[in-house]
Amino acid sequence: MKPDREFHEPTPGFQVTRREFLKLTGGGLLVFFTVGQLPFFPQEAEGEPLPTDFNAFLKIGEDGRVSCFTGKIEMGQGVITSLAQMLADELDVPLENVDMVMGDTDLCPWDMGTFGSRTTRFFGPPLRAAAAEARVVLLELASEHLHIPPGRLTVENGEIFEKTRPRSRIAYAQLTRGKRIERHLSRPVKVKDPSEFKIMNRPALRRDAFEKVTGKAAYAGDIHVPGMLYARILRPPAHDARLVSADLSEAEKAEGVRVVRDGDLIAVLHPQPDVAEAAFLKIKAEFEQPKSDLDDKTIFDHLLKVAPAGSVLGSGGNLKTGEREAKLRFDATYLNSYVAHAPIEPHTATVRFEGNRATVWPSSQTPFRAKGEAAQALGIPAENVRVISPFVGGGFGGKTRNLQVGEAARLAKLTGKPVQVAWSRNEEFFYDSFRPAAVVKIRSGATEHGDMRFWDYHVYFAGDRGAAQFYDIPNHRTVSSGRGWSGTPGSHPFATGAWRAPANNTNTFARESQIDILAAQAGMDPLEFRLHNLSDERMKRVLKAAAEKFGWKKSPVPSGQGRGIACGTDAGTYVATVAEVEVDKSSGAVSVKRVVCAQDMGLSINPEGAAIQVEGCITMGMGYALTEEIHFHGGKILDLNFDTYEIPRFSWLPKIDVVILENPGSPPQGGGEPAIITMGAVLANAVFDACGARVFQLPMTPERVKNALKDV
Amino acid sequence: MEEIQFTINGSFQKITVDGDRALLWVLRTDLGLTGTKYGCGEGLCGACTVLVDDAAVRSCQTAVREIRGKQVVTIEGLAMGKKLHPVQKAFMDHDALQCGYCTPGMILQATAFLRRNPEPSTADIIDAMEYNLCRCGAHNRIVRAIQAAATEMKGGS
Repeated sequence: MKPDREFHEPTPGFQVTRREFLKLTGGGLLVFFTVGQLPFFPQEAEGEPLPTDFNAFLKIGEDGRVSCFTGKIEMGQGVITSLAQMLADELDVPLENVDMVMGDTDLCPWDMGTFGSRTTRFFGPPLRAAAAEARVVLLELASEHLHIPPGRLTVENGEIFEKTRPRSRIAYAQLTRGKRIERHLSRPVKVKDPSEFKIMNRPALRRDAFEKVTGKAAYAGDIHVPGMLYARILRPPAHDARLVSADLSEAEKAEGVRVVRDGDLIAVLHPQPDVAEAAFLKIKAEFEQPKSDLDDKTIFDHLLKVAPAGSVLGSGGNLKTGEREAKLRFDATYLNSYVAHAPIEPHTATVRFEGNRATVWPSSQTPFRAKGEAAQALGIPAENVRVISPFVGGGFGGKTRNLQVGEAARLAKLTGKPVQVAWSRNEEFFYDSFRPAAVVKIRSGATEHGDMRFWDYHVYFAGDRGAAQFYDIPNHRTVSSGRGWSGTPGSHPFATGAWRAPANNTNTFARESQIDILAAQAGMDPLEFRLHNLSDERMKRVLKAAAEKFGWKKSPVPSGQGRGIACGTDAGTYVATVAEVEVDKSSGAVSVKRVVCAQDMGLSINPEGAAIQVEGCITMGMGYALTEEIHFHGGKILDLNFDTYEIPRFSWLPKIDVVILENPGSPPQGGGEPAIITMGAVLANAVFDACGARVFQLPMTPERVKNALKDV
Repeated sequence: MEEIQFTINGSFQKITVDGDRALLWVLRTDLGLTGTKYGCGEGLCGACTVLVDDAAVRSCQTAVREIRGKQVVTIEGLAMGKKLHPVQKAFMDHDALQCGYCTPGMILQATAFLRRNPEPSTADIIDAMEYNLCRCGAHNRIVRAIQAAATEMKGGS
């Protein structure tokens, strides 16, 4: 993951076949493996079928360096550190000796993409197994070399020695010298027991920090290829607008500028992006936009109207029975608006197309998808495209489709020059695949003693993730309409997609708000109510851990203290959050004072990295909970920069405590997403506790809080 | 087109450009200093922050003409040779970054601020950093890193 700013020629005539990964990598020991191949790990659930031979490998080179080649990318989530920790620990080499080669489609075998908190969960275990296998092979080689049975040998810092004679050592690098040894991981391998860890489950600082604090880290926009042109592309003012006419004559007069028109694609290119921009502004274009009544207020009725029939995700008991038994009843509808990903790095891609070969440097969470997209745009076979992944400046699910790659590829073909397309902030907002606006309807009931009796849950357009409830409710049904996050035809007026912990933010907001309402009806403390209706021990453990760290004292709600609690699961991880807020009743403004989050993620590879992700989730989550929503009219996006679209700032910062529960015996689970799911509900519950106002719509803007206060 | 002389990261520089062009793009494309990032183009996010005569400036909102005769420092020029600036080092030590894209702007904003206010309170730091945006949510660590850098610099660094 060290893309130099200078351009490197791809090997001339280089044909990428799977077997030729080998030729690239020289001598040494190579262990090939695939995610999902081993019987004791789950398959990645979606996307292309996995290759049966391998989709990642590691190499112990003749220089003694250990390299991991993977299609995963680093976008801030920290796997460049945690994957290296796994490798170093299983192989008994210093962490500094490990290199991560990430997201280069010529060097790294196919990978679906970096999203869904999958890297540690699904990629980590086989990586560890491959490293453990390599260690076994190296011990065997050393045994032959030293004429000592492997059982009498041990490893330290990449050197093998007889346990009784620690002075006489042979380094890994010496064992493979001049030879090339390949192993394919095809059987379960014994990995280290947590008690043997020296590097895993211990905090490690980010390995990419030096490059990032010195400006050396290259992102897609930092790539410069000789002769490259920067492109500005004419955009419609609205997603439903149609180009009527475009007068390019003034733009064409600008010195040194190339103006390209290919169907609806109109672009201005120049070796300097700001000069291209200046010429671009001289285009006179007319668009027509159909009238539309759809906006950020009417969208919810529209969604309910066009919603397809629901799929039952789960059910049990009999709702009618539950309704009879429940003295306390509450029905509610929860809404959340469209939310932008808004990474600080906008979508960018640089494409060089020469002969019938192309090289692409994209800001992308899905380099292998980008490879196919570039090939399609260029009309060449995918194997002629190499994607090199620079650092990605934030993704959050928004950089999984790569529109900018296709654009840059088309323009590179049309101009015969290398082209960089770097979206402006306006384009970034306009073409974002937003978190979908969504509706959740819940009917629920409990006895006057606080025993939950029924739960009838219907989510529209958020998606299934996190919809399943986990309380002990004998009569329940969970239904999802418009599953997935991309919507159905005619539902959303623009693109929607996966947004950090997709669907789960919406579902957890609804579920955990509703649970709090039932607790209030039963006159019970909301923590006590949850524990009373839960038998899942892991969930109870995180709830208690968060409450204990916070100093939670039992009290019915609303107590006036402004504290809330919420819990959930995401990507296999259990999370519970307690928050404390202040509400300014005259303005409706909410300020968050304190957030405590407890997380059980199984084995935590890098507890420091995990804590950082939780802090990031809490901070980012305050945005969708309090301010972030896309205003629009028809297909016209009204929020196009950070002036009106307000993301969390320093002054919002609460005191944050993170508790990563020790659970090293349990497999590692997701870390980049889970803690964000509780932020909507925990703040809504804290607002209710502060002032008695129940807000059913995210974000909880001052206006919505003030409106809710009218009902108190 | 006009000739503009200035100092960039300690070196004298003379360029002939349209003086209206934004400093950001001259740095990134004409001078190859890509550590300075584009984030919003309207001075709202701070990713393009550089030092001009020790003050933090949004390079996307600064015409290159305005830096004539001035000293410009970008993230590439902040370290003294191999020795990192205390703010850079503190960002590393505190893991005060994730994706790293806002980091150069954060570091230069903090550097300019600590020059003016070497003994800041937490509230001072938050005020000073308020208009630099981070999407990954590294804010709490950035504040701690700046506090640590202040302490380190007071010790005579």
